[in-house]
Amino acid sequence: MLSMSTNNSSYNDQGGADSAVEIGQETTPTSNSGAGFGLFSTDFKKNDDLKEMLENNKESLKLEAMKRIVGLIAKGKNASELFPAVVKNVASKNIELKKLVYVYLVRYAEEQQDLALLSISTFQRALKDPNQLIRASALRVLSSIRVPIIIPIMMLAIKEAASDMSPYVRKTSAHAIQKLYSLDPDQKEHLIEVIEKLLKDKSTLVAGSVVMAFEEVCPERIDLIHKNYRKLCNLLVDVEEWGQVVIISMLTRYARTQFTSPWREDGVFDENSERAFYESDEEKTRDDTEIKPYTMDPDHRLLLRNTKPLLQSRNTAVVMSVAQLYWHLAPRNEVSIVTKSLVRLLRSHREVQYIVLQNIATMSIQRKGMFEPYMKSFYVRSTDATHIKSLKLEILTNLANEANISTILREFQTYVKSQDKQFAAGTIQAIGRCATNISEVTDTCLNGLVLLLSNRDETVVAESVVVIKKLLQAQPSQHSDIIKHMAKLLDNITVSMARASILWLIGEYCERVPKIAPDVLRKMAKSFTSEEDIVKLQTVNLAAKLYLTNSKQTKLLTQYILNLGKYDQNYDIRDRTRFIRQLIVPNEKSGALSKYARRILLAPKPAPVLESAYKDRDRYQLGTLSHTINTKASGYLELSDWPAVAPDQSVRNVEVIEPVKEWAPSLGKTGKSKPAKSSDDKFYSDSGEEEEDEKGSGTSSSNDGSSSSSAESGSDAESDEDKSSSQSSEESEKSSSQSEKSSSESDIEQKKKKKMKKPPQKKNVKPPNKDSDSDENGNLARKASSSSAEDSSDSESGSVTDSDTEHQKSKVKPKEVKLQKEVSLLDLDDFTPGPATQPRSVLSPSLLTDLEGLSLSNISTMQVSGPAFVPEKSHNLLHRMTGKGLAAQYQFTRQPCLYQPNMVSVQISLTNTSDHRLEQIHIGERSPAGLKIHCFNTIEFLEPDASVTVSMGIDFNDSTQAANFQLCTKEDQFSVSIQPAVGDLFLAVTMTEQDFRKEQGKLQGMNECSATITVTAENTSSQPLNRRVAAMANVGVVPSGQDNVHRFAGKTACSGAVLLVTVELRESSAAVITINTEKSVMGSMLLRDLKKSLAQA
Amino acid sequence: MIHSLFLVNSSGDIFLEKHWKSVVSRSVCDYFFEAQERASEPENVPPVIPTPHHYLISVLRHRIYFVAVIQSEVPPLFVIEFLHRVVDTFQDYFGVCTEAAIKDNVVVVYELLEEMLDNGFPLATESNILKELIKPPTILRTVVNTITGSTNVGEQLPTGQLSVVPWRRTGVKYTNNEAYFDVVEEIDAIIDKSGSTITAEIQGVIDACVKLTGMPDLTLSFMNPRLLDDVSFHPCVRFKRWEAERILSFIPPDGNFRLLSYHVSSQNLVAIPVYVKHNITFREGSSQGRFELTLGPKQTMGKGVEAVLVNSQLPRGVLNTNLNPSQGTYTFDPVTKLLTWDVGKINPQKLPSLKGSMSLQAGASKPDENPTINIQFKIQQSALSGLKVNRLDMYGEKYKPFKGIKYMTKAGKFQVRT
Repeated sequence: MLSMSTNNSSYNDQGGADSAVEIGQETTPTSNSGAGFGLFSTDFKKNDDLKEMLENNKESLKLEAMKRIVGLIAKGKNASELFPAVVKNVASKNIELKKLVYVYLVRYAEEQQDLALLSISTFQRALKDPNQLIRASALRVLSSIRVPIIIPIMMLAIKEAASDMSPYVRKTSAHAIQKLYSLDPDQKEHLIEVIEKLLKDKSTLVAGSVVMAFEEVCPERIDLIHKNYRKLCNLLVDVEEWGQVVIISMLTRYARTQFTSPWREDGVFDENSERAFYESDEEKTRDDTEIKPYTMDPDHRLLLRNTKPLLQSRNTAVVMSVAQLYWHLAPRNEVSIVTKSLVRLLRSHREVQYIVLQNIATMSIQRKGMFEPYMKSFYVRSTDATHIKSLKLEILTNLANEANISTILREFQTYVKSQDKQFAAGTIQAIGRCATNISEVTDTCLNGLVLLLSNRDETVVAESVVVIKKLLQAQPSQHSDIIKHMAKLLDNITVSMARASILWLIGEYCERVPKIAPDVLRKMAKSFTSEEDIVKLQTVNLAAKLYLTNSKQTKLLTQYILNLGKYDQNYDIRDRTRFIRQLIVPNEKSGALSKYARRILLAPKPAPVLESAYKDRDRYQLGTLSHTINTKASGYLELSDWPAVAPDQSVRNVEVIEPVKEWAPSLGKTGKSKPAKSSDDKFYSDSGEEEEDEKGSGTSSSNDGSSSSSAESGSDAESDEDKSSSQSSEESEKSSSQSEKSSSESDIEQKKKKKMKKPPQKKNVKPPNKDSDSDENGNLARKASSSSAEDSSDSESGSVTDSDTEHQKSKVKPKEVKLQKEVSLLDLDDFTPGPATQPRSVLSPSLLTDLEGLSLSNISTMQVSGPAFVPEKSHNLLHRMTGKGLAAQYQFTRQPCLYQPNMVSVQISLTNTSDHRLEQIHIGERSPAGLKIHCFNTIEFLEPDASVTVSMGIDFNDSTQAANFQLCTKEDQFSVSIQPAVGDLFLAVTMTEQDFRKEQGKLQGMNECSATITVTAENTSSQPLNRRVAAMANVGVVPSGQDNVHRFAGKTACSGAVLLVTVELRESSAAVITINTEKSVMGSMLLRDLKKSLAQA
Repeated sequence: MIHSLFLVNSSGDIFLEKHWKSVVSRSVCDYFFEAQERASEPENVPPVIPTPHHYLISVLRHRIYFVAVIQSEVPPLFVIEFLHRVVDTFQDYFGVCTEAAIKDNVVVVYELLEEMLDNGFPLATESNILKELIKPPTILRTVVNTITGSTNVGEQLPTGQLSVVPWRRTGVKYTNNEAYFDVVEEIDAIIDKSGSTITAEIQGVIDACVKLTGMPDLTLSFMNPRLLDDVSFHPCVRFKRWEAERILSFIPPDGNFRLLSYHVSSQNLVAIPVYVKHNITFREGSSQGRFELTLGPKQTMGKGVEAVLVNSQLPRGVLNTNLNPSQGTYTFDPVTKLLTWDVGKINPQKLPSLKGSMSLQAGASKPDENPTINIQFKIQQSALSGLKVNRLDMYGEKYKPFKGIKYMTKAGKFQVRT
């Protein structure tokens, strides 16, 4: 402590002394300045002293010296002559000393370029240091030294750092890009290459910085974003808050170039259509589907959806940037979700309030309704700063309408009396604006303002006069009383603007006050010489107008005034006088004009429009600096208009997707499965980073999976709006399987956005190792897991049979984990890499939380697994004779439906047995009410003798009622029906025996049904028994501790009700089947089926 | 983005400057001083000032202006938010953020600023990351450093910088594991002349002080989460969980942090805990005015109203006051015309009052507005909205932590118009 305090005093001394030396232009604290002058002579020694200390061998002395030097720099003193002494210490082992030297270098290197070069080799060495912090800080300093000679070295260092294994170093390199660019814009092309590379980076740490670099270096290269768009959207929640701001504003710009406008034509920037707009709020779905065929690009929706949670951020800048994103991109009826958050920001610091209020002011002009419910939040408090007050006033005025005007006016009355007269004047203007905008209250306002004319305060009165003048001009008909009243005021008011206004008003309406007007002119003639210029001009005007209307009384007065004006000091007034004289006084020289004098001077004038100062601010993007200062700031990037036709959306599809990575790390196959991404491997291959890597890659690749899915999920959301978000898990799961495909499939497939659902199934028809039966059974599960699972699974897949349950389950497992994760698509914090199920020595914190999360949810113990057995039996859907050549068979795949979790997935194979092409095979539009079907995509054509397999989802609503719908070709429609067996309405789940008992405990009494049967001998052993049960119903085997008790578990597809089957074998081939389920009807039906099945030979 | 930073004290001296790109002459601040002169109050300096080549964005905290120099388009809130974060960090490090504290710790300040921004773009603003990079100065550490020659600067990249929970450092150890939560609600209200409420809102925050070993995962649930209308979270809170279950689930940062701020939905009627009876009159033509003020508790749910402080900006015409408080002390500053009455605790049996006369400028006309009265108060052990924490659970660690929760209600911007 002691040493510290002596330090400080020495800084201060130093500071004082220095400032004294430097021409003394600074005001230093008085206590020091005396000392400073006293030390004047010794000052140079002091710097010498520092030099000596730096050259000393003792680290502590060096550090001491550096601290003092930093103190000098902080004060803005010049310490550049110490450069040689300081630069020697750049290689110091002491990290604090080194950092301080860095600070010094960055500050002075520009001035001492030659000497600065001495330090470069140290940095180059540090760039290879094993410690990532040292590598990063070396790069930071190296790139901050603005010495043009080292540009090539910087370039090299940046390139190297961009593929460093540490994301922190990569982040630093993104920052360095901007530095190098500002130093030498010629490097742009090379830098863009680095940016392109870093944009592909999957670390959340890097994302914000590289987008920043992108915005600074090449904002016009929007094409670089395409491939990274979905990734950025998905990473957004995890990026640090500052990065979020930058990314959101970039994505706003991007979206405006890539998507079509979600705004209905009539709703765009039109206050009048507000009402229509609100109606549409309630009937949103109908609007979207029927009135206008607009469908939002799924990527557009993805952006909106992923930014929404950020409205809850604690960082006001993030909230504001989401708000502006919604303002500029969201459909009109969705914008209002930002209101609450913006109003919340008003409780923040004064400066934040200022910016937010400005933006609200602009928004409230176009969209009153958004902020009207929060009107009271804009009430002014006496403690607000002046600029806050006037902004609140502005907003209140914007919000005023017929309904709330009385409340607002009452509030304004309080403000008018405020001690802050500037604010009071502002309020009067606001009242004026309300009065013109809302005709109902014009009279009330006018009366109120007239009362204010007797106010004691000059500014208030003056402002009232000005506003009254404007109001009267709008409707002068019956207000001669007010004009008279104001004429009387002329004696007392001294504010020139107000006097001028009164004079103008009397002149304009002199015919309504024929008695008073000449008298006013008389008074003005007396005081003419002592008036302000603006008042003089209006006096001349008044005289001219009166001369024209009432020349008898005013001729002399007018001449007098014109004479005074002729010799006025101000040339404007002399000019005006001369002009007026020529115009109104007929003489031989005056030409045709004077005939029209009356029409010129007394022409009816349009009333001034009182409008908001924020009216035209919307030309700037909200939340920007340009918007705040209402001029274009340098570097402002214009927000483009929506394109009329959306550019190709497929550019955002990513070819190389590795959902592999999600589970692969645990399997150790990462490298092999994606040879294309060698650069990435380089990033992640370092073992030291493993932990972090796995996490990072896990997260990011899962994002990738879902990003490619986003197209899907988005379009789904279009098709049925009310779909809950919980279903997204299914969607994204499906999509991940699709994204795997996409690497092998061409883009053409993906372009058919609407038809995306088909590819996975379509492809299954001709798998490489064809094995139609089991392939069809297992294809979905395998699809999802094949790339993740070992290569062996591929070769094995052909032989997946029902006996292979164990294997299948193990494959399914990773999918479960993913399923769980995808639910929290937005909450990336909760993501854990797949290996969660793998035993690991170090459990990462987030992993723990996830496990916690698992155990908390009530169905966590049950996981949907693949079916233990898939019946090969397919049923006839459409006979080829009735189908005019089109034959269809259906089969229950017993897989969880990809489209919606409560649907049962059905696989349909269509065969063309006719001799001509069948075109446009699809499911008819008019399906019976209440039946929810997820149709397969239209099959464009089917060649003769060709067949195709498609899958669809049907919500049977947990009943065995047949689903009737129509299968259509181009020419024909065929009514078909699918009849499910009760066992097909379940999904197999895995659970432990313990959980099984727990569940069973809950499902007693009514929910239980049992029967005793005699089983055939062969069914007494567990294997065949399991198979029998599994064949009958899609249930999973629960591992049992007892040999004679077999347990199975499943859940209903639609409602997710638990189904528990217990088969207890007794002696002499008797067995008790017990079924516990909430769905007792289904339970008894299943019991009947099981009885039959097990009793069979 | 942020080019340079200047710290300006209330007397208009630049006492610290820091540049992240090439040096900007401090003469750029002249534009700021101009604006400062024009503004009547320190708060009235506009936060954004355009100059020919730069833009100045400033915040005022603790009577220090933090003036950032910007050269090109950037969201102004970005800069403002960052500057406030800088102030918070200083406060965190030095206890106070005053000119003296900054000058005393100029090296640490410089090191901090260096870490917080790189090329004008925020690099590390999370306090626990910064604290690993640069250790906060304490007396003990200063002594140890002088003796051993060790430094305040960390040599390793803080683990938080790379982890998915950047707000928490690893390897936290405490002998006493404790977690305290303060539910603090502020009531903002405007009461009109007749005593009716014009607007009243409740905002609350939950500030936490968590000192737990390892990587605890906490869940906090409320009895009545429906009360919360609009919330903003510390980044540690899992948003999905909140959306689905209205439960706060989070891995807490180490130490003090603000877990949540919320707004109570405006549908709920707000019970105003105090009432004010006032009679402030100025008579025309007389140089005397009457001043009477009585405070009383109202709907406080049996809790005492403490730390009551009344202040009011009297009209300019008031020369002096001659008042008599029944309790507490009052001061009147004849220059700023600010009346302050420190009441203390309100005794419901004997209501505090302040009565007396004001002397007005002779000959001046009567002020046309009565002063607004600002009131501050505290009510311990009660959250006005009725928000209650149901339970706090910890997962992920074995030990049993000590848990504590405290409620408090405060007056926010509580104004009475007279």
